[in-house]
Amino acid sequence: MQFGIFTVGDVSTDPTTGRTPSEHERIKAMVTIALKAEEVGLDVFATGEHHNPPFVPSSPTTMLGYIAARTERLILSTATTLITTNDPVKIAEDYAMLQHLADGRVDLMLGRGNTGPVYPWFGQDIRMGIPLAVENYALLRRLWREDVVDWEGRFRTPLQGFTSTPRPLDGVPPFVWHGSIRSPEIAEQAAYYGDGFFANNIFWPKDHFQRLIAHYRERYSHYGHGTPEQAVVGLGGQVFMRENSQDAVREFRPYFDNAPVYGHGPSLEEFMDETPLTVGSPQQVIDRTMTFREHFGDYQRQLFLMDHAGLPLKTVLEQLDILGEQVVPVLRAEFAKGRPSDVPDAPTHASLIAAASSANGVTAA
Amino acid sequence: MKLVAVAAGLSTPSSTRLLADRLAEAARSELADQGHDVEIQVIELRELAVAIANNLVTGFPPRQLATAIDAVTRADGLIAVTPVFTASYSGLFKSFFDLIDPDALPGKPVLVAATGGTARHSLVLEHALRPLFTYLRAVVVPTAVYAASEDWGSGGDKYVEGLPARIRRAGREMAALMATRPAGATSQDDDTSFERRLSDLRFD
Repeated sequence: MQFGIFTVGDVSTDPTTGRTPSEHERIKAMVTIALKAEEVGLDVFATGEHHNPPFVPSSPTTMLGYIAARTERLILSTATTLITTNDPVKIAEDYAMLQHLADGRVDLMLGRGNTGPVYPWFGQDIRMGIPLAVENYALLRRLWREDVVDWEGRFRTPLQGFTSTPRPLDGVPPFVWHGSIRSPEIAEQAAYYGDGFFANNIFWPKDHFQRLIAHYRERYSHYGHGTPEQAVVGLGGQVFMRENSQDAVREFRPYFDNAPVYGHGPSLEEFMDETPLTVGSPQQVIDRTMTFREHFGDYQRQLFLMDHAGLPLKTVLEQLDILGEQVVPVLRAEFAKGRPSDVPDAPTHASLIAAASSANGVTAA
Repeated sequence: MKLVAVAAGLSTPSSTRLLADRLAEAARSELADQGHDVEIQVIELRELAVAIANNLVTGFPPRQLATAIDAVTRADGLIAVTPVFTASYSGLFKSFFDLIDPDALPGKPVLVAATGGTARHSLVLEHALRPLFTYLRAVVVPTAVYAASEDWGSGGDKYVEGLPARIRRAGREMAALMATRPAGATSQDDDTSFERRLSDLRFD
């Protein structure tokens, strides 16, 4: 089981001080947060990709390459890489390059983006969102798996005799997760290829994500990749902790009330009741996160959203200390209990190499 | 059969609720005469006002609102009644129907009605409510019922039927549509397999 954090990279005003960090400060803070994630023993750091203010991370591989050079163990990922509006050729190249620089500590999560105008800004049609995700990913897979690609599709210039460079490290492409908030088609896509499926699990009630994940698990099995229980599932989560739960609620409330996405709507208490948001003591976060397994089955990756809505860097780093020292060690132990032995861990570069060589061995024999 | 009435009146008691009750009863008794057992549920949007606003902000319905949306979606017939505010349906009424999936109501019999202080706004039914439900591809009964304050204390004249007669006529039309509609007729998307989707995109 992997634990980590994912960031949207929003530049938001701290509602308690009225102070807004500069883009430069925010970018540096994201790096500091990633380094802290490794320091406190987390496994994964994932950054969003956005092309509009107030978000800064438009260039994930630049940021992740820099973080790769300053970390040893941390898996670098995205949440999400826009498979709809990025050229799949550039994704193939950028992430293969990152994979080499990071010695394989790379995977990525594909998504369709959250801002309508990004499509026209990048020359695409938002009504084609799903077909773009489907076709672009099919091309991306071939670019990583075939040395020379001939290609004609609906959405990009044909390719004849094209080789994407560098080739994936050790001939093994990065593992891919597909992220979705609402589309069963994306769960279907993940199942078809035997890729991972990540449910954002933040903004909406759990039964919505239960349906998506149940669909993914069932179709993963249908397409012959294993049992439904062996499908590779990732979940988001959102927490704020203090030793005393009343202190956590008091401190987090102004950030919640003014947060982008859900601010100025329901109360913190209503939102905690209806979504997986947990604001309270470390033990409350442990208890709530343990319920995810009951709701979604044994899963492979848990990412928490920690740095958003104008929370100051100092507070975020304190949160990561609590997460790394008090929460994740307990979750690792608890999630390991009763976990069936045939439920796999999330694929890593090492495990994918092992799987590829054993597959080749079978073929040769 | 399930008949759901949505009433967007804000006062308690409200004439909008009163009109919704009368219309529902008219349709029910007509269907009962034909041997249909009808269950009526009235949804008062006033009780859901905060939930509706929260859904607009967060993108998901709180539980009580989800239950109401589900009832509307599954109903065999829908009665929608709004007070007239600023020359149209009320904002609360529109916000509720903004949260209904655009594909949730096709073919569903809908009876539209409105209340107001003066009869001068009665065409709101034709220029605002009827197009709204036409967009949602519902089947709107021909008679839409407008009740001005004065209608609650006057009868018809030689040109116009009184309110009770208009309610009965609308109820009859609603009952006729509901009776001919196959039970449980709802739209269901096909679960298209991913292989099919891939082949649709004409891959190599």
